[in-house]
Amino acid sequence: MAQAKLSREDDHVTVDARDVYYRQLNETLRGLVQDGVGHIRLEHVFGQRYIGTNLARPVDIEIDGIPGNDLGAFMDGPRIEVHGNAQDGTGNTMNSGRIVVHGNAGDITAMSMRGGAIFIRGDVGYRTAIHMKEYRDKVPLLVIGGTAQDFFGEYMAGGMVVLLGLDLAAGEFHRASFIGTGMHGGAIYIRGEVQDYQLGKEVGVQGVEGEDRRRLEEAVRSFADHFDLDAAGILAGNFRKLYPKYLRPYGTHYAY
Amino acid sequence: MKSYVLPEFWVDRDDYRCIRCGVCVNQCSYDTHYYDPEDDVVRAREERCTGCQRCAVFCPTNALTIRTHPYEYRPNANWRKENIRDLNRQADTGGVVLTGMGNDKPLRIYWDHLVLNASQVTNPSIDPLREPMELDTFLGAKPDQVDVTCGRVQGSLPPQIHLSTPIMFSAMSYGAVSYQAQLSMMRAAGEYGTLANTGEGGWRRELRVYGASTIVQVASGRFGVDRSYLNEAAMVEIKIGQGAKPGIGGHLPGEKVTPPVAETRMIPVGTDALSPAPQHDIYSIEDLSMLIYALKEATHYEKPVAVKISAVHNAAAIASGIVRAGADVVVLDGIRGGTGAAPKIIRDNVGIPIELALAAVDQRLREEGIRSRASVVVAGGFRNSGDVIKAIALGADAVYIGTPALVAIGCTVCQKCYTGKCPWGITAADPRLGKRINPDIATQRLVNLLRGWSFEIKEMLGGMGINAIESLRGNRLHLRGVGLAEWELEVLGVKGAGR
Repeated sequence: MAQAKLSREDDHVTVDARDVYYRQLNETLRGLVQDGVGHIRLEHVFGQRYIGTNLARPVDIEIDGIPGNDLGAFMDGPRIEVHGNAQDGTGNTMNSGRIVVHGNAGDITAMSMRGGAIFIRGDVGYRTAIHMKEYRDKVPLLVIGGTAQDFFGEYMAGGMVVLLGLDLAAGEFHRASFIGTGMHGGAIYIRGEVQDYQLGKEVGVQGVEGEDRRRLEEAVRSFADHFDLDAAGILAGNFRKLYPKYLRPYGTHYAY
Repeated sequence: MKSYVLPEFWVDRDDYRCIRCGVCVNQCSYDTHYYDPEDDVVRAREERCTGCQRCAVFCPTNALTIRTHPYEYRPNANWRKENIRDLNRQADTGGVVLTGMGNDKPLRIYWDHLVLNASQVTNPSIDPLREPMELDTFLGAKPDQVDVTCGRVQGSLPPQIHLSTPIMFSAMSYGAVSYQAQLSMMRAAGEYGTLANTGEGGWRRELRVYGASTIVQVASGRFGVDRSYLNEAAMVEIKIGQGAKPGIGGHLPGEKVTPPVAETRMIPVGTDALSPAPQHDIYSIEDLSMLIYALKEATHYEKPVAVKISAVHNAAAIASGIVRAGADVVVLDGIRGGTGAAPKIIRDNVGIPIELALAAVDQRLREEGIRSRASVVVAGGFRNSGDVIKAIALGADAVYIGTPALVAIGCTVCQKCYTGKCPWGITAADPRLGKRINPDIATQRLVNLLRGWSFEIKEMLGGMGINAIESLRGNRLHLRGVGLAEWELEVLGVKGAGR
């Protein structure tokens, strides 16, 4: 396995990740962050896992290529931008920071995410936003430009998820079924069409007004900024909010 | 709707001894006892009694005897009281019957069918009171070879955890147990040089001073898991399964999610804390490996990562996969493992006894030549130091104890943990009940338990002529089976007594 090749210009470091094993790559990143580097550009990334997992301070990381599974798992602070697709487990149990993906992301994107923001321009895989949660001012945000696969927002316990459906053709429905099944916290905002059978039985549907509208506009504007899109055009679409009907979905499940 | 469930316990109050002091009324958190001022008498609502004996212990005149209710249906070996009671509770509510603690069914307890060896004539026994005797245990992957030059180990070893006795406190979450109970276990573990496990319900800030003696758990709920949670502990444990409820997740009911519990788990107050049945980033051994290494990345490869599973039919093959996935410690939890809340039907029917699982796993890992790559820790139903030493001889590196620790601080195994009203303050959600535990006294009792069991283990080791627990590990020649069938002896890898 090769060592990561570095080239440095002031606060900016470029790392050639070609043929570098993830352990060496992440160790290199830890070293750079410890040295106080503020901007890192990773080139030729091919499937290296856990990028951003254990970096002690906020730092900007740009990735050219396809990072591996668990991008930003347990991440606490860094801001990652991926020029390509991301694989499974992006933002797994993420605590704070930001991940921007210019392509698609795989399964369980934002699983158990607790804080920070993730913006995906394209589509996401199965069980995205599963068991996202929030506590007081720690409210995670996930915005997806495309559509999602089944069990979207399953077990969701908090946080805000926006599904924009920008690439759906007229009359085309979102892909996911069992949306928000077991959901007991947080909110999902959906632009584009879903049929009733696609929704989990624990979610209610309502329009987006007042404070909800303000939060949605803020999230969409921040999404549009990252991808150079027209926020007003996106916001002109028809949005619905999915909310949990019960805080205790299984409250009557047991005989005491 | 009138319930057809009869009371389980009979409150026998000796009116001649009763001084109407009201202690029983105040002590019972289920409101079983009440004072009737009109007749100046203390009465009982027996249907509420759980048989925890709190009132009987605290009654100053010993006026109370709480016993199994003597009601009788027509005798029937098939339809026992328990079957009729559970069925009626379900007919009342349409729900899943809950319970707490470990399996109480008369499954064969193999510890009771295994006996230990002792030295006679041909080699001397050792008196641990006067001769050195070592219980030190190191958890973690052991390298295939160590280069020692000039008395020093060259290069780095995989991370190791030192235990002064091979007994640790099992995972019990804050929320399932009270703050005082968890604090006492962490303090006792620190004082005695062993570890206590936070469970998956987060780790309170003020308890992190005990980090060097704490195992943190990462389970499907991922409650409170962040970088500092992982890095401030001595070891990280991925919980796949629990002996009391293999294959299912957990629901901490919303009424137990009080403000401090919500803060620790980092979820809103009053919502159900749901732990999904699987961890959704783990659908295979390869995925498990991914989480193991995510945790190693998050902790600079400085902490051992354990993986805990319930003992199930294919435990040996699964354990082999876990070791190959990169775990430093494999934890097996048997069918008698305890819980704060589980569906009774699962607790009583799913999983296999820990003795058989341990023997099968140790055997399999040895056959594959990978036993040294991970430590094996077992849990589920240990009652005394005899069970512990037999587990070591069967191949375990260490054991987890849960119920024994709780019994040491007052638990009477009434199995009503899931109500959150534990009159002993152990599994209580109400902070006023938690205060019934004095952490100083509870810590002392737990340290005493560890000390007593450790002495006993040393005595038994000495009797066998062994002066280090390491020499007994996996040494099945020191065990013999009594009253076991041929297949059981074969799985356990021990000879029958007399052979």
